[in-house]
Amino acid sequence: MKNLDSVFAAYLIGWGVFFAFYLSIAKRTSDLRADVERLKGSFSRSK
Amino acid sequence: MAKRIILGAASVLLVIAAAYAAFYVAPEERTMGLIQRIFYFHAATAWAGFTAFLVCFIGNLLYVWKREPKYDWLGVSSAEVGLACITIVLITGPIWAHPVWGIWWTWDARLTSTFVLWLLYVSYLLLRTLIEEPERRALLSAVFGIFAFLDVPLVYGSIRWWRTQHPSPVIMGGQGSGLDPTMKKVFFFSVLAMHILVAFLIVERYALEKLKSEVDILRREAEAQ
Repeated sequence: MKNLDSVFAAYLIGWGVFFAFYLSIAKRTSDLRADVERLKGSFSRSK
Repeated sequence: MAKRIILGAASVLLVIAAAYAAFYVAPEERTMGLIQRIFYFHAATAWAGFTAFLVCFIGNLLYVWKREPKYDWLGVSSAEVGLACITIVLITGPIWAHPVWGIWWTWDARLTSTFVLWLLYVSYLLLRTLIEEPERRALLSAVFGIFAFLDVPLVYGSIRWWRTQHPSPVIMGGQGSGLDPTMKKVFFFSVLAMHILVAFLIVERYALEKLKSEVDILRREAEAQ
């Protein structure tokens, strides 16, 4: 099984990049949702 | 939302199936052996990345023409996804090259033009962080994005027009090129899987950009009060 470690590393890093990118989208979305809630809350308090 | 979940689940299942096919269905290449199996991931991700940049290019053209924010959102979403793909290509390429060529990297036309492509889209995203005003940011980045896309045909043609360390094309490479029929099927299945994954990521990233714009509007309203 020559070069199995290289093949494994290539696939693992590739999937890792996609997964990290998806996590960054999910994190940013969750932060923005929290902002929306906070802003809506500040609107309702000011009324 | 349900459509997004279905698309996400389909993309994960297809990518797993493509990896299975790359290891257990495709025959072993005679010269390179096991390491050649990186090809199904490396080249399919490159094709999917080019498609993401094409979507970005279309979004940029439409923004310049119609000046509607949704095209700017499409541009930045697909640019980020394309950049993730090209980052993977630039990492997996040297991992494949080292045992085969004996070197990690060389400044040949294919590798250099791909690295320049990566730098161009990093610059596209950096440019967006430097401009505060939304319309100006969208217009300038759209113009830059149109310019950046010009490198994609250069990357595609580099192994056809010049002698490079990178191998000549095995798909659409003309006379003398080609792949074993099973390898070809596995490759096109991997290309399909990567395109579905890229479509899912663009949809998710687009939803984020849309939400960001809603938050900006709410912030402006809050400041005006």
